[in-house]
Amino acid sequence: MTQYIKYVLIPFLTLLFYFFFPFPLFLEGNETTFVCVIILCFIVEYFIEKAKNGDKIYMRPIAAIKAMEEAVGRATEMGKPVLYVPGISSLDQIDTISGLTILGHVAGMTAEYDAGLQVPVCVPIVMETAKETCKEAYLKKGRSDLYRNDMVHYVTDDQFAYAAGVNGIMLREKPAAVFFQGKFYAESLILAETGNSIGAIQIAGTGSSSQIPFFVTACDYTLIGEEFYAASAYLSGSPEMLGSIKGQDYVKVGCIIMIVFVFISSALNGYGIINFDVSSLFRINIIR
Amino acid sequence: MVEIIGVWCAVLLTLSIFSYLYGDNPFYKAAEHIFVGVSAGYIFTITFWDTIWPNLFGRLFPTIVQAGFDFDASYIFPLILGVFMLFRLSKKYDWLSRISIAYIVGMMAGLKFYVFLNSNLLTQIKSSAINLSGSYLSIINEFIVLVGVISGLVYFFFSKEHTGAVGKVSRIGVYFLMIKFGASFGFAVMGRISLLIGRFEELIEYSSFKYYYSTPAILVLMIIVLTYWSIKNTNINENN
Repeated sequence: MTQYIKYVLIPFLTLLFYFFFPFPLFLEGNETTFVCVIILCFIVEYFIEKAKNGDKIYMRPIAAIKAMEEAVGRATEMGKPVLYVPGISSLDQIDTISGLTILGHVAGMTAEYDAGLQVPVCVPIVMETAKETCKEAYLKKGRSDLYRNDMVHYVTDDQFAYAAGVNGIMLREKPAAVFFQGKFYAESLILAETGNSIGAIQIAGTGSSSQIPFFVTACDYTLIGEEFYAASAYLSGSPEMLGSIKGQDYVKVGCIIMIVFVFISSALNGYGIINFDVSSLFRINIIR
Repeated sequence: MVEIIGVWCAVLLTLSIFSYLYGDNPFYKAAEHIFVGVSAGYIFTITFWDTIWPNLFGRLFPTIVQAGFDFDASYIFPLILGVFMLFRLSKKYDWLSRISIAYIVGMMAGLKFYVFLNSNLLTQIKSSAINLSGSYLSIINEFIVLVGVISGLVYFFFSKEHTGAVGKVSRIGVYFLMIKFGASFGFAVMGRISLLIGRFEELIEYSSFKYYYSTPAILVLMIIVLTYWSIKNTNINENN
């Protein structure tokens, strides 16, 4: 009964409130977006709840995630540091947030193995967040004595000056493992090529589709697009995160169904069998 | 004279960065440190005088900072959040900076959710509609795009084992992704080559008498210094 109220009644009442509220409370033209938000949120919430209740969730293996521990282990054996590059964007990018989540896990591994960690950053606010992340990871592993405040250090805000600075660090420190996890632009190939030239094991992850080819070419492992966003859930293993991944898979199924539906109905409309343009349903009104 | 000095500096720094092809050397180190230091200082100054000063102080103290804005009390919140970030320097009150970080992350996550939902989901579904009034080639193209989108989505299923039919469809998705990456790589390499040509054109231009043969002069000087540095380094390594 509680499930019924939570996943059917509440979304239904929310939609009723949105569509039939007598006063102009909501911006017009965003109806499709609102319906999608409600559906997405409740699907994801449903699977999170299921995962919390102990339902086993299968996650297909991703090679790059498995390789992370091997890379840190290799750096420890070689007595060389691990270099973690969280991209060049600020916290307004999902990639940076995802990169920082993965940094927490990598920092946890370096704390456990007593390996050196270097995190050069491009944006001051990312530096502060990365410092907090690393500090927490070292504390969680009970190795706060190994944490140094200068592990995470600022280089510069300028894109190519940052690339030059990180290249210099790679050439001089010769890290055994290099992680590129975040939002990257044109500097990606410069960084990945340098990492490749020093013989480091490189694991990249980004949602920037234009930069993935460079990482695929120059790195040993690459988390492409959504794999990168899912990586933090894989690494944490928490039911909330795994449940949300499962929920998102169902959202993708819904997308495929909608895409096929729009494709077929537009074809039927084109042949004159039906007289309705389905794509007109997907109105988008950008916030003023 | 100022122009000549500027050209010699530009040539020296360009060739110093190019010297990276020979490995980490004093020229590259110097150019890298100058580049990093100058850009960090420059961006700090630009951020303060072009953003914080007119946009924040210009709205909070319009009589003192005349940036063309009226007084706006709501800008007190960004000021407070900014000041909280400065508490990172205090061991006792550094927890205040977490409020600012939490605000940025939370606010941007919410805002991006709406943007991504529209641009990556609804627009994608809307664009799947086929236009039968086009040529046969464009209709075939739309079919290919449809197959690519669906198989690409299947590849990004994480909670389903990629075996059987799902495995085969996801394999097609991988092919589509690889074709896209290959095309993107080739396109970017072409762009980089054109940038390189641009630099070479400038270096050639600066080789003339007008600029006192700056490019060949600096190049010869660098080769001499690098040869000396290389021999010296080899001797040190052999002695060690």
